[in-house]
Amino acid sequence: MSRNQIRRPDATNIADADDRECTILHIDMDAFYASVSLLEHPHLVGRPVIIGGAANRGVVLSATYEARELGIHSAMPMSRARRLAPQAVVLSPDFARYSDVSASVMTLFRSVTPLVEPLSLDEAFLDVAGARRRIGSPRQIAAQIRDRIHDEQGITCSVGVAASKFVAKLASTLCKPDGLQVVAPHQVIAFLHPLPVGALSGVGEKTEEALFRFGLKTVGDVAATPLGTLQRIVGQATGKQLADLSWGRDPRRVQPQEPDRSIGAEETFDTDVDDPEIVIRELLRLSDKVAARMRANGYVGRTIQLKIRFADFSTITRSRSLKDHTDTGHEIYSTAVELFAGLGLQRARLRLVGVRVAGLASAGSVPEQLLLERIEPAWRDVEQAVDRLSERFGSGAVQPARLVGPPEELA
Amino acid sequence: MKIRVEQNELKRAVGWAARTLPSRPASPLHAGIRIEAGSDQIDLTTFDAETSTRADVSAVIDEPGAAMVPGRLLAEIAKELPSQPVELTLDGSRLSLQCGRSNFGLPTYPLDQQAELPQMPEHRGVVDAETFVEAISQVQIAASRDDLLPPLTGVRIELSDTHMTLVATDRYRLAIREFPWRPSGGGNELNALVKARQLGDLAHSLDPTDSVKVALSDEEDGQIGFSLAGRELITRVLHGEFPAYRALLPDSASSRVTVASDDLMSAVKRVKIVTTERNTPITLTISDDELLLRASGFDDALAAESMECQLEGEPLKIAFNPELIVEGLNALKADEVDIACNGSSKAAVFQATGDDSGYRYLLMPMRFS
Repeated sequence: MSRNQIRRPDATNIADADDRECTILHIDMDAFYASVSLLEHPHLVGRPVIIGGAANRGVVLSATYEARELGIHSAMPMSRARRLAPQAVVLSPDFARYSDVSASVMTLFRSVTPLVEPLSLDEAFLDVAGARRRIGSPRQIAAQIRDRIHDEQGITCSVGVAASKFVAKLASTLCKPDGLQVVAPHQVIAFLHPLPVGALSGVGEKTEEALFRFGLKTVGDVAATPLGTLQRIVGQATGKQLADLSWGRDPRRVQPQEPDRSIGAEETFDTDVDDPEIVIRELLRLSDKVAARMRANGYVGRTIQLKIRFADFSTITRSRSLKDHTDTGHEIYSTAVELFAGLGLQRARLRLVGVRVAGLASAGSVPEQLLLERIEPAWRDVEQAVDRLSERFGSGAVQPARLVGPPEELA
Repeated sequence: MKIRVEQNELKRAVGWAARTLPSRPASPLHAGIRIEAGSDQIDLTTFDAETSTRADVSAVIDEPGAAMVPGRLLAEIAKELPSQPVELTLDGSRLSLQCGRSNFGLPTYPLDQQAELPQMPEHRGVVDAETFVEAISQVQIAASRDDLLPPLTGVRIELSDTHMTLVATDRYRLAIREFPWRPSGGGNELNALVKARQLGDLAHSLDPTDSVKVALSDEEDGQIGFSLAGRELITRVLHGEFPAYRALLPDSASSRVTVASDDLMSAVKRVKIVTTERNTPITLTISDDELLLRASGFDDALAAESMECQLEGEPLKIAFNPELIVEGLNALKADEVDIACNGSSKAAVFQATGDDSGYRYLLMPMRFS
């Protein structure tokens, strides 16, 4: 129900909205998984493509708009999707790539404002009140973000701009795909009231049925109903909520994500590994990855944890706390290797290794013991330079020599 | 072998030899003391593949010979014996030790498996034990205890025509002491890196009145030797590159503050009480006539203390790890201390006021928010 059935309102008179007070942005990537996967398969652009598990098991994770026109939608069983659209191409998901793109997008958001509340990989609320003086009006900020995501990631997104989360989210939903809609405070009522009741968050199938029974079909109908009556129909709490939302009242603020307690990465080997060289090389890769994520999010940490899962699925972790906080892959790696060596494994077969850093603190808040210059290779400088190169040329543009494979053979 | 020796002489000689013995030897032979009886003295030697020692004791030799026994065991026994003559007798494969009414029997190790002792390298000069011991204790505190950075676990010894220099750093601070010595010849500038713990052990075994001969081989990975009357220690120098530290020693300061050392030490010790978390800095706010120390700790616990000071140059706010200040002040042993700073993110140099003992303690500040 709900979303798919909501039609775009007649938006002609709200095109040039006064947007100064609309500091909340809801940004939603368009058909995120499908769009990202199509970057690798450009010849499929314009065709119905479904992202989902291979074979007939599983459900549709995402579909291009061409596939959606054939009636495909997320969470539909794959078998049904194949029957509905036998001509659609099915790609299996590439979650590593999705989270990479997602991380870049979230980093972009955080460069605009620290108030970013991610809802999932492809969706977030931003409060840009503090960025107006620096960048421009919320509409300009939204347009700029849309341009940059398109330029940098090659995918599109839709942005709803409003004074409340609820209206911002509705606006982005309604302007999909590749849209931008601003709903100024004085336009909220005109925007909301024609919408079906299903547009109100908290209204599922049951509530909708109950409202229908009383002839309440649009948000405007709900708004015109006295609170007491509403509460008798759908209950105290929901009634109050619907009354508020129907008038565009939504006091919820953008909650920046809780700070992470730890940051880690792990790797399941394609086949079990008993060669310590391979494990150690993997530790280097994971350590660098964790460190890059820590730096990107402005964290330093003190406790390094090594996780090992053996071929029989038994799992152990070992950890050690450093003297000082760190955010360099070099230091994380050398500690992880020590922990690994400390296990004294005699060619045990390993299924998975993981590296995690806990005891996180934000980099600025931790007093840092400075080092005498020129005494040690400045690992942090080196790794920060790598961060900048990765930003420009993609992750892996520069990496430790040990992680570079043999040159690819010419076909 | 059958010998007689005075208990306190045996105790001191065995103590010299046993101090360097490894606590977890690769082979029992490395933890043994060899006793060799000549005509009128006995030689005690140890060798653990890195370090060898020799000490001699005059003795009455009834029957020359040699035996090797567990070193720490012998040292413990020699220390506790009553102050009377000790009689050592080799009886088959056991060494029996008798002193007053005490009797011990020690196992012996086969002598033919013992490695040959290294030769004392070339003699380079002489240093007074009093200065040398003080310099070692002042410098070794700055050596790293982290075995991951082997060269930093050492003290660098530099020998020049006029001065001996000891220097150590763990990257957070650097301690250096330069003092005159008496080189045997001229010309060569030599240096060696020696494990800080090893030098510390040596310092413990020296008397202030001793004169210590320093010997050092020419090769890169050579041996360094120290000897004094009846005692020798030879050890392998540490591998690895010691940082090019000379460039780190600032030759000017934008702020120079002078305070009473004891007052500063007690104030730091009080203020740091609230810093229960490791790595919590204390900040020094230095103005023309007042030094204000401040720290905050867990749950916003606070401490502050002010003291008089003299400032030459710009007022400054700088933060340090309090432990490292205390260690530095302890090593300085000064009435008044000069702290020379160049801003709040460059090393500060602690030095005794008006002192030319040649000791400097460089301490890197902490960055605070």
